[in-house]
Amino acid sequence: MPLVLNEEQRLLRDTARDFLNSNAPVTALRKLRDERDPLGYDSQLWQQMAELGWAGITLPEEYGGLAFGFTGLGVVMEECGRTLAASPLFASVVVGASALLLGGSDDQKHELLPSIASGELTLALALEESHHHRPTHIATSAARAGEGFVLNGSKTFVLDGHSADKLIVVARTSGDEHSGDGISLFLLDRDAAGVHCTRTIMADSRNAANIRLDNVSVGSDGLIGTLDRGWEILEPVLDRGRVALAAEMMGCALEAFERTVAYLKERQQFGVPIGSFQALQHRAARMQADLELCRSVILQALGAVDETPEQLPILASLAKAKLNELVKLVSNEAVQMHGGIGVTDELEIGFFLKRARVTMQVFGDTGFHQDRYATLCGY
Amino acid sequence: MQDQEQFRREVRQWLQANCPESQRQPITAAEQYWGGRRGSFPSEDARLWYERMRDRGWIAPEWPIEYGGGGLSDQQARIIKDEMKRINARAPLYSIGLWMLGPALLEYGNEAQKQQHVRAIINAETRWAQGYSEPGAGSDLASLQCRAEDMGDHFLVNGSKIWTTSADKCDWIFCLVRTDPKVKKQEGISFLLIDMDTPGVSTSPIELISGESEFCQTFFDNVKVPRENLVGELNKGWSVAKALLVHERKLMAELGSDSPRKIVPPNEAARKYLEFRDGRIVDARLRLDLVEYNMQMHAIALTHFRGFEEKSAGVRSAAPLVMKYLGTEAEKTKSELLLAIMGSRGLGWEGDEFTPEERDTLRLWAMSKAMTIAGGSSEIQLNVIAKNVLGLPQAGGT
Repeated sequence: MPLVLNEEQRLLRDTARDFLNSNAPVTALRKLRDERDPLGYDSQLWQQMAELGWAGITLPEEYGGLAFGFTGLGVVMEECGRTLAASPLFASVVVGASALLLGGSDDQKHELLPSIASGELTLALALEESHHHRPTHIATSAARAGEGFVLNGSKTFVLDGHSADKLIVVARTSGDEHSGDGISLFLLDRDAAGVHCTRTIMADSRNAANIRLDNVSVGSDGLIGTLDRGWEILEPVLDRGRVALAAEMMGCALEAFERTVAYLKERQQFGVPIGSFQALQHRAARMQADLELCRSVILQALGAVDETPEQLPILASLAKAKLNELVKLVSNEAVQMHGGIGVTDELEIGFFLKRARVTMQVFGDTGFHQDRYATLCGY
Repeated sequence: MQDQEQFRREVRQWLQANCPESQRQPITAAEQYWGGRRGSFPSEDARLWYERMRDRGWIAPEWPIEYGGGGLSDQQARIIKDEMKRINARAPLYSIGLWMLGPALLEYGNEAQKQQHVRAIINAETRWAQGYSEPGAGSDLASLQCRAEDMGDHFLVNGSKIWTTSADKCDWIFCLVRTDPKVKKQEGISFLLIDMDTPGVSTSPIELISGESEFCQTFFDNVKVPRENLVGELNKGWSVAKALLVHERKLMAELGSDSPRKIVPPNEAARKYLEFRDGRIVDARLRLDLVEYNMQMHAIALTHFRGFEEKSAGVRSAAPLVMKYLGTEAEKTKSELLLAIMGSRGLGWEGDEFTPEERDTLRLWAMSKAMTIAGGSSEIQLNVIAKNVLGLPQAGGT
């Protein structure tokens, strides 16, 4: 599995960087925040991203995708992390489309994937029910009703939940409350009767929502995959999400780190640049070492999605755990090394700090992934 | 790619047929073959294995054929290494000459020096010691004081070198010596090869906290060294030294991942010494320490691999520069983790109440403390990263 980008991927990275620097710099996120934008992202920007092919970057060509693979997606995610670009790329394309691709029927795929790839349709995954990631702890129920189902329950931390056109709801159809067995996935319109959606304003000024499902009817054609066996789809979907998000986190960490190193060279105190102080040099050098490790882990994990899926669970947990710790360290150090200006809203470093905290909780914190890695290794 | 797969198959077959079964077991210090005039093979199989590898040209597969190397590409050399690792094959020759001096001689040595010394390294005729540090020059290596006076056809060397590994068993030593005391410190240093049988050279061992005395101090008292033993130009030894240090650091970074040793891997130790319930380690803290260590090693292994791929693809990155720091720190973490997992069983210094593996674990724990000091301490590594990778301005001194 190559750990070096090929020419096509390097070109993609350069294009993405240029595009995002001109069209979605951090000031764009600041504007969305300050104007309390109801959508939470710029729909015109999303259309431009779709025209570049990003909304279908991992999808097969038969559904209008680019079939660039996860390494290509990772390149784009990383660049999005550098400018903190807000868009439905993660929730809709990485997570939503993966669920359909891995578990959907031919009808579902043909009906929905092309409009996801064109950027017209967006999806969101309604999974979490508590304030910690516990993907098998599902109490939301889906009861048989005639040909279809009736859903009841509450979901939280649903990324893009208030803006997506359709929701993929993780619900229990059998089994006990803490088991992966008996989970099923359902596709429904976000504006279906009984779906109550409240946007939550989070630290990163991006999109999330709480969703209440109140006797929501879903037809049998809304089931994704096999009844009671949704975990077989959900787990690989979550792993794809973890790996792609880790790539975004890499970009976020790199940008915050590079801005900090530049500041260390520029800021003068005691008549010299503060970057000449060994106390700061060693901390910066340790972060560089961590960045090097994370770079290798991410490339391996992205490659595993397409080439060695049997290794994906352990690599996804390695990547998410490592990147959680990286963004925490780097964002904290970025603020500290900027000194007083680092805690002002005027400096953009604060946006990186806040985005880092949200990404650390999405699809598993460090403890979750350490436990999973240890369990997969048999201890 | 096709050719590489073909080559891999050939290597696999050859190793299968030629590597004796006894040479596919984890190795102890006493079982290593270091060559040299005073060296002897620890066993008949070790001799056989070394000679077969030498005759095949695989002691130094990527070195030029005219000096006894295999003339293979870096990729092919890597394949041989991978395949040896796959069957746990021991290194046929342990050699400072092979790992450190040889690559530097190939880059900086003149034709006569390459003819004389490179083949002798591969043929295990000379065992080399390294003469860099001095009692007064450790991390600040460039402040070294061992003098070599230019007497025309020879140099007169006076001073001493410390941490000269196994110098009491070595035939030659490569040294950094001061040839011009009047200029800025890096600029007056030269690189000399010294035959340790020369009158005036003497060596005494140093006992370490591990109980071993592998390291020595070597003294030079009016030692006459012929002028042809100067490597590179006069007063330009610092560039040779830096090139050689890169090899040393790479070696140290890989020690943990490459050499099979008689030490219990942490996962196995956990199964042997810790309580499990429902397939999980009961002690939450140790379970966490173990998973953090394993994740770090996983990431380090992937980064070694990435570094190699980047080198083959001609892509430059900072990965090689951080590996000595990461690799040696991880080795130290491993030793601390093993001691914690083994509890009082990990504290046995000698005697039959403890197994040899248990005693070795403790000795290696003590030895691991040296890994983040030797070859440029972790602090020096961080200085290098700050300067060469991040381009941060230098505080006073270098």
